[in-house]
Amino acid sequence: MIKLVYFAWVRERIGVAEETLELDVPASLADIVNRLRDVSERHRAAFSDLARIRAAVNQDFVGFDATVAPGDEVALFPPVTGG
Amino acid sequence: MALEESGPLFEARVQAHSFELALEHKRLAALGPDVGAVVSFTGQVRDHGLELEHYPGMAERQMQAVLADARERWPLIGAIVVHRFGRLEVGEPIVLVLTASSHRAAAFSAAEFLMDWLKTRAPFWKRAGDAWVEAKAGDDAAAARWG
Repeated sequence: MIKLVYFAWVRERIGVAEETLELDVPASLADIVNRLRDVSERHRAAFSDLARIRAAVNQDFVGFDATVAPGDEVALFPPVTGG
Repeated sequence: MALEESGPLFEARVQAHSFELALEHKRLAALGPDVGAVVSFTGQVRDHGLELEHYPGMAERQMQAVLADARERWPLIGAIVVHRFGRLEVGEPIVLVLTASSHRAAAFSAAEFLMDWLKTRAPFWKRAGDAWVEAKAGDDAAAARWG
Protein backbone atom coordinates (compact mmCIF):
# COMPACT_ATOMS: atom_id res chain seq x y z
CA MET A 1 0.00 0.00 0.00
CA ILE A 2 1.15 3.53 -0.74
CA LYS A 3 -0.38 6.87 0.17
CA LEU A 4 -1.02 9.30 -2.67
CA VAL A 5 -1.46 13.03 -2.05
CA TYR A 6 -2.52 15.62 -4.61
CA PHE A 7 -2.34 19.40 -4.69
CA ALA A 8 -3.75 22.38 -6.60
CA TRP A 9 -5.45 21.52 -9.93
CA VAL A 10 -4.29 17.91 -9.75
CA ARG A 11 -6.29 17.55 -6.53
CA GLU A 12 -9.28 19.33 -8.08
CA ARG A 13 -9.30 17.25 -11.25
CA ILE A 14 -9.09 13.98 -9.34
CA GLY A 15 -11.61 15.12 -6.77
CA VAL A 16 -9.82 13.90 -3.64
CA ALA A 17 -6.80 15.24 -1.71
CA GLU A 18 -5.44 11.81 -0.90
CA GLU A 19 -6.05 8.12 -1.48
CA THR A 20 -4.23 4.80 -1.23
CA LEU A 21 -3.08 2.33 -3.85
CA GLU A 22 -2.20 -1.33 -3.39
CA LEU A 23 1.52 -1.92 -3.89
CA ASP A 24 3.24 -5.10 -2.73
CA VAL A 25 6.61 -4.77 -4.46
CA PRO A 26 8.64 -1.70 -5.50
CA ALA A 27 7.67 -0.11 -8.82
CA SER A 28 8.72 2.92 -10.82
CA LEU A 29 6.76 6.11 -10.34
CA ALA A 30 5.95 6.00 -14.07
CA ASP A 31 4.30 2.59 -13.53
CA ILE A 32 2.34 3.96 -10.56
CA VAL A 33 1.04 6.86 -12.65
CA ASN A 34 0.05 4.46 -15.42
CA ARG A 35 -1.96 2.45 -12.93
CA LEU A 36 -3.59 5.63 -11.61
CA ARG A 37 -4.68 6.59 -15.13
CA ASP A 38 -6.85 3.46 -15.15
CA VAL A 39 -8.56 4.28 -11.86
CA SER A 40 -11.05 6.76 -13.36
CA GLU A 41 -11.61 9.24 -16.17
CA ARG A 42 -10.74 12.02 -13.73
CA HIS A 43 -7.36 10.41 -13.00
CA ARG A 44 -6.75 9.95 -16.72
CA ALA A 45 -7.49 13.64 -17.33
CA ALA A 46 -5.26 14.78 -14.46
CA PHE A 47 -2.29 12.74 -15.67
CA SER A 48 -2.77 13.18 -19.43
CA ASP A 49 0.34 15.36 -19.76
CA LEU A 50 3.18 14.44 -17.40
CA ALA A 51 5.19 17.48 -18.54
CA ARG A 52 2.76 19.47 -16.39
CA ILE A 53 3.18 17.24 -13.32
CA ARG A 54 5.86 17.27 -10.64
CA ALA A 55 6.34 14.52 -8.06
CA ALA A 56 7.74 13.88 -4.61
CA VAL A 57 8.35 10.63 -2.76
CA ASN A 58 8.44 10.95 1.01
CA GLN A 59 8.51 14.74 0.60
CA ASP A 60 11.57 14.93 -1.66
CA PHE A 61 11.34 15.85 -5.35
CA VAL A 62 11.85 12.93 -7.72
CA GLY A 63 11.62 12.16 -11.43
CA PHE A 64 9.20 9.62 -12.90
CA ASP A 65 12.01 7.06 -13.06
CA ALA A 66 12.17 7.00 -9.23
CA THR A 67 11.38 3.78 -7.39
CA VAL A 68 8.36 3.71 -5.12
CA ALA A 69 8.22 1.15 -2.32
CA PRO A 70 5.29 -0.07 -0.20
CA GLY A 71 4.66 2.41 2.61
CA ASP A 72 5.90 5.42 0.66
CA GLU A 73 4.05 8.72 0.45
CA VAL A 74 3.80 9.82 -3.18
CA ALA A 75 2.77 13.38 -4.04
CA LEU A 76 1.68 14.53 -7.49
CA PHE A 77 1.16 18.21 -8.21
CA PRO A 78 1.70 21.03 -10.73
CA PRO A 79 5.00 22.96 -10.84
CA VAL A 80 5.17 25.05 -7.66
CA THR A 81 4.25 28.74 -7.68
CA GLY A 82 5.11 30.00 -4.21
CA GLY A 83 7.33 32.88 -3.15
CA MET B 1 10.29 36.30 22.25
CA ALA B 2 13.75 36.69 23.74
CA LEU B 3 16.02 38.90 21.69
CA GLU B 4 19.20 37.66 23.28
CA GLU B 5 19.88 34.94 20.76
CA SER B 6 23.32 33.45 20.61
CA GLY B 7 25.05 31.18 18.17
CA PRO B 8 23.83 30.40 14.68
CA LEU B 9 20.11 30.75 13.96
CA PHE B 10 18.61 29.06 10.90
CA GLU B 11 14.86 28.84 10.81
CA ALA B 12 12.20 27.95 8.24
CA ARG B 13 8.54 28.55 9.07
CA VAL B 14 5.22 28.06 7.31
CA GLN B 15 2.30 29.94 8.79
CA ALA B 16 -1.12 31.43 8.04
CA HIS B 17 -0.61 34.58 10.10
CA SER B 18 1.54 37.52 9.15
CA PHE B 19 5.11 38.12 10.23
CA GLU B 20 6.94 41.08 11.69
CA LEU B 21 10.06 42.09 9.80
CA ALA B 22 11.43 44.25 12.63
CA LEU B 23 11.16 41.41 15.13
CA GLU B 24 12.86 38.85 12.89
CA HIS B 25 15.55 41.40 12.02
CA LYS B 26 16.28 41.99 15.70
CA ARG B 27 16.69 38.26 16.28
CA LEU B 28 19.40 38.06 13.61
CA ALA B 29 21.02 41.37 14.56
CA ALA B 30 21.42 40.06 18.12
CA LEU B 31 23.26 36.89 17.13
CA GLY B 32 26.67 38.24 18.08
CA PRO B 33 29.39 40.83 17.55
CA ASP B 34 30.46 39.23 14.27
CA VAL B 35 27.16 40.12 12.58
CA GLY B 36 27.97 43.02 10.27
CA ALA B 37 25.19 42.75 7.72
CA VAL B 38 21.53 41.77 7.80
CA VAL B 39 19.64 41.66 4.49
CA SER B 40 15.88 41.24 4.25
CA PHE B 41 13.47 40.56 1.40
CA THR B 42 9.71 40.74 1.74
CA GLY B 43 7.44 39.51 -1.03
CA GLN B 44 3.92 40.89 -1.05
CA VAL B 45 0.73 40.11 -2.94
CA ARG B 46 0.23 42.34 -5.97
CA ASP B 47 -2.54 42.93 -8.53
CA HIS B 48 -5.12 40.59 -7.00
CA GLY B 49 -5.83 38.53 -3.89
CA LEU B 50 -4.56 34.97 -3.69
CA GLU B 51 -5.31 31.64 -2.10
CA LEU B 52 -2.13 29.76 -1.22
CA GLU B 53 -2.20 25.99 -0.92
CA HIS B 54 0.84 24.13 0.44
CA TYR B 55 2.09 20.65 1.21
CA PRO B 56 2.49 20.56 5.00
CA GLY B 57 5.68 18.84 6.05
CA MET B 58 7.29 18.95 2.63
CA ALA B 59 7.18 22.76 2.64
CA GLU B 60 9.18 22.99 5.86
CA ARG B 61 11.48 20.19 4.73
CA GLN B 62 12.34 21.87 1.42
CA MET B 63 12.80 25.28 3.02
CA GLN B 64 15.22 23.70 5.52
CA ALA B 65 17.07 22.07 2.63
CA VAL B 66 17.42 25.41 0.82
CA LEU B 67 18.76 26.97 4.04
CA ALA B 68 21.30 24.15 4.34
CA ASP B 69 22.40 24.76 0.73
CA ALA B 70 22.88 28.46 1.44
CA ARG B 71 24.98 27.71 4.53
CA GLU B 72 27.33 25.61 2.43
CA ARG B 73 27.84 28.42 -0.07
CA TRP B 74 28.20 31.50 2.15
CA PRO B 75 29.56 32.21 5.64
CA LEU B 76 26.16 32.92 7.16
CA ILE B 77 25.63 33.48 10.86
CA GLY B 78 21.89 33.19 10.57
CA ALA B 79 18.94 33.09 8.18
CA ILE B 80 15.17 33.05 8.54
CA VAL B 81 12.63 32.15 5.87
CA VAL B 82 8.90 32.47 6.48
CA HIS B 83 6.21 31.56 3.95
CA ARG B 84 2.51 32.18 4.49
CA PHE B 85 -0.44 30.15 3.25
CA GLY B 86 -4.20 30.63 3.04
CA ARG B 87 -6.14 33.66 1.84
CA LEU B 88 -3.98 36.75 1.22
CA GLU B 89 -5.14 40.11 -0.09
CA VAL B 90 -3.30 42.66 -2.24
CA GLY B 91 -0.53 44.34 -0.27
CA GLU B 92 -0.23 41.59 2.31
CA PRO B 93 3.23 40.13 2.95
CA ILE B 94 3.56 36.58 1.67
CA VAL B 95 7.20 35.59 2.05
CA LEU B 96 10.13 36.80 4.15
CA VAL B 97 13.82 36.02 3.73
CA LEU B 98 16.48 37.37 6.10
CA THR B 99 20.18 36.64 6.10
CA ALA B 100 22.94 37.66 8.51
CA SER B 101 26.64 37.57 7.85
CA SER B 102 29.79 39.47 8.75
CA HIS B 103 29.84 41.24 5.39
CA ARG B 104 27.17 42.46 3.00
CA ALA B 105 28.19 40.48 -0.09
CA ALA B 106 27.38 37.11 1.47
CA ALA B 107 24.16 38.40 3.02
CA PHE B 108 22.92 39.91 -0.28
CA SER B 109 23.85 36.86 -2.37
CA ALA B 110 22.43 34.33 0.08
CA ALA B 111 19.13 36.22 0.32
CA GLU B 112 18.77 36.21 -3.47
CA PHE B 113 19.74 32.55 -3.66
CA LEU B 114 17.21 31.61 -0.96
CA MET B 115 14.43 33.49 -2.70
CA ASP B 116 15.24 32.03 -6.14
CA TRP B 117 15.23 28.50 -4.75
CA LEU B 118 12.10 28.96 -2.68
CA LYS B 119 10.28 29.88 -5.89
CA THR B 120 11.17 26.56 -7.49
CA ARG B 121 11.43 24.15 -4.52
CA ALA B 122 8.94 25.18 -1.87
CA PRO B 123 5.66 23.30 -2.49
CA PHE B 124 3.19 26.17 -2.57
CA TRP B 125 0.54 26.85 -5.22
CA LYS B 126 -1.18 30.17 -5.82
CA ARG B 127 -4.75 30.48 -6.99
CA ALA B 128 -6.18 33.81 -8.18
CA GLY B 129 -9.95 33.64 -8.43
CA ASP B 130 -10.81 30.44 -10.33
CA ALA B 131 -7.40 30.03 -11.97
CA TRP B 132 -4.24 28.42 -10.65
CA VAL B 133 -1.19 30.59 -11.31
CA GLU B 134 1.13 29.03 -13.91
CA ALA B 135 4.79 28.48 -13.04
CA LYS B 136 7.16 30.86 -14.83
CA ALA B 137 10.11 29.64 -16.89
CA GLY B 138 11.97 32.72 -15.64
CA ASP B 139 11.82 31.37 -12.08
CA ASP B 140 13.51 28.13 -13.14
CA ALA B 141 16.16 30.12 -14.99
CA ALA B 142 16.75 32.35 -11.96
CA ALA B 143 17.34 29.30 -9.75
CA ALA B 144 19.44 27.49 -12.35
CA ARG B 145 22.01 30.29 -12.60
CA TRP B 146 23.26 29.38 -9.10
CA GLY B 147 24.48 26.06 -10.49
